[in-house]
Amino acid sequence: MTKEDIIKEENLVYKKPTLLNDKTMHYCPGCSHGVVHKLIAEVIEEMGLQDKAIGISPVGCAVFAYKYIDIDWQEAAHGRAPAMATAIKRLLPDRLVFTYQGDGDLAAIGTAETIHACNRGENIVVIFINNAIYGMTGGQMAPTTLEGMKTSTCPYGRDVTLNGYHLPITNLIAQLEGARYVTRQSVHTAAAVRNAKKAIRKAFENAMEPVKKGASFVEIVSTCNSGWKMSPEDANKWMTENMFKAYPIGDLKNN
Amino acid sequence: MSEEVRLMKGNEALAEAAIRCGCDGYFGYPITPQSEVMETLMKLKPWETTGMVVLQAESEVASINMVYAGAGCGKRIMTSTSSPGFSLMQEGVSYIAGADIPALVVNVMRGGPGLGTIQPSQADYFQTVKGGGHGDYKQITLAPNSVQEMADFVGLGFDLAFKYNILCVILADGLIGQMMEKVVLPPYQPRRTEEEIRKQCPWATLGRTPDRDINVITSLELEPEPMERRNIALQAKYALIEKNEVRYDEFMTDDAEYLIMAFGSAARICQKAVEVSRKQGIKVGLLRPITLFPFPYNRIKEHLSHIKGILSVEYNAGQMVEDIRLAVEGKVKVEHFGRTGGIVPTPGEVVDALKNQIIK
Amino acid sequence: MKEEIIIAGFGGQGVLSMGKILAYAGLMQGKEVSWLPAYGPEQRGGTANVTVIISDDKISSPILNTYNTAIILNQQSLDKFESKVKPGGRLIYDPYGITKAPTRTDIEVYSTAAMDKALELNAAKSFNMFILGGFLKLCPIVDIEHVMLGLKKSLPERHWNLLPQNEEAIKTGMEIISKR
Repeated sequence: MTKEDIIKEENLVYKKPTLLNDKTMHYCPGCSHGVVHKLIAEVIEEMGLQDKAIGISPVGCAVFAYKYIDIDWQEAAHGRAPAMATAIKRLLPDRLVFTYQGDGDLAAIGTAETIHACNRGENIVVIFINNAIYGMTGGQMAPTTLEGMKTSTCPYGRDVTLNGYHLPITNLIAQLEGARYVTRQSVHTAAAVRNAKKAIRKAFENAMEPVKKGASFVEIVSTCNSGWKMSPEDANKWMTENMFKAYPIGDLKNN
Repeated sequence: MSEEVRLMKGNEALAEAAIRCGCDGYFGYPITPQSEVMETLMKLKPWETTGMVVLQAESEVASINMVYAGAGCGKRIMTSTSSPGFSLMQEGVSYIAGADIPALVVNVMRGGPGLGTIQPSQADYFQTVKGGGHGDYKQITLAPNSVQEMADFVGLGFDLAFKYNILCVILADGLIGQMMEKVVLPPYQPRRTEEEIRKQCPWATLGRTPDRDINVITSLELEPEPMERRNIALQAKYALIEKNEVRYDEFMTDDAEYLIMAFGSAARICQKAVEVSRKQGIKVGLLRPITLFPFPYNRIKEHLSHIKGILSVEYNAGQMVEDIRLAVEGKVKVEHFGRTGGIVPTPGEVVDALKNQIIK
Repeated sequence: MKEEIIIAGFGGQGVLSMGKILAYAGLMQGKEVSWLPAYGPEQRGGTANVTVIISDDKISSPILNTYNTAIILNQQSLDKFESKVKPGGRLIYDPYGITKAPTRTDIEVYSTAAMDKALELNAAKSFNMFILGGFLKLCPIVDIEHVMLGLKKSLPERHWNLLPQNEEAIKTGMEIISKR
């Protein structure tokens, strides 16, 4: 049997989505971003929305998301992606408009934009990568950093008297009338990846409905093994044991 | 009646003109003394007629980023605000400059610093003309001096913005925003179709079509060399604008021995001051910059052969006067006269200042 | 011809709308006009004033040092604007609420008991129209026909039934004004 005998359409078991290009990603090994990028590319491709998708990349590790998924993108100022998505969707209502944001971007500097875009019921999708740390700037405390968790700006562990509590912003979003679909997923196992993909697909389908019914919000509880200073395997373990307690997986709202 | 003559506030005229100029979207946040702009738009409901989007944002920070995003789609997008709001917008203003995209921002200035006063001021000259946000950038700045110009500069502002892919600022003041005058509104111009936008703005993020590569609106460039190349290109664009787009207006300057320079509503007061001075036998003329960037440096230089001094009249502590001095290079006397805190000088005060500070 | 007018009083007395009606009337009569209010919290009960210029020629400054006419509706405004009337100009005031009458002798001073009349006729809402009538009697820079068009323009359609009442008030205003 030669190589050519094997490389045949009917033998194909896995294929990278064509929208995800061949550029080498800058993400650390073990990072969740790459998996979520792939899921987004897959769903856009499966829904045939290559011509309709406009993504907003954040300030944070995913600042270069536009380098990896071959659709039109706008690069936001820190925290402003939901305001930008609002404008684009209002001006171009038949497009798929989504933001891709980290915890600092979405839940600290961009809290107002996040809450108001969702509260206005914008027909957009917010993909929220929550790894409880600022990865790009070198591992500082995030609004979602857990109590006791060590970062470079809380080197002795997050102290609530000094820094307050971890912010479960997704729970806040779920309270808003304007938010239609609010879910929390992860991508640390094959099963989790499948569920996360279903969630992203549902959110994108919502956003393509012609009638404005509200925002779709998908949190992906993620690891940052370099920021957490753990091996990818340990990071996954730490996430399931600690992060999932503060950020339980599942749908918070599905209208 | 072929043309529509109306009695309107500057703010209202600006809003009407926006709809008529084929504006695609307005994103704003209320602030005195310009809230009539959004109020007028909301009352007129242009989304039911031209399809223009109007949205009240949660802050000026959000509204300028909505402008940035809409502009990134090649749309004709604007916002309006007043001084404290314009300060908040500086983030988005800098991003718009860095991403090379066209948009229109209106600042109906009030007195500062800080929360200041809601009364008229021109104290945001430096902020607008010298760049209030971070980075090396410029923006075309138009200074209207009448309700008519408030209406006319919307279309002009969009045209200039799209000619150069740059932010255009209409720098008005509370007096122009709040006063009512006769205005002839521009004729209706349809919004561009998406096909027209794709042609005019091939960089626009409207969704990738199979015939082109992806479009990305960004100002990010981590490598120093490409970043410097971007900056050099920006500076070349600004130089071209300085060459092509200087606009000014003059009143009784031909035989003038003295010049008064003023922009916006201050120029109206100064025109009266010129009329009064002329009656007293003083040969004075008015040079009013319409564009503050690009500034009419050369026009000032041309006057130096026949004038003895220039009085810069501004509702601030002396800002444009620095640009006049740059043009004059010490050759004649240049002084500033201004009131601050929302106080607008009267024509009589200007005449006195001309006598006391320049003629003596 | 050019008429430079300041109208000053309390917010709620119809100062700004009186100015607006004059400006509209001037516009519709083909004149150049400007209407410049002192804006801000004044609209909410403090003092209010508006500068109205009606002119055959283009108007340069909408802000003025001095005025041909000052229409004064409270003491604070009298204190502020009496000295700003040009010599030979006119000052119109309603004695209601005025404790220190105008003292200048180089201007023409007129008084109009508009508030008393309005109360007598149970037409307090037309107070400013009584005042306007007095001004138009002295200074017919715009004719009554255009004033009525201006009034119509500045009133919402649901209040057009009040037009005759206001016209009546303007006419009464012309009768009750007198030189001091």
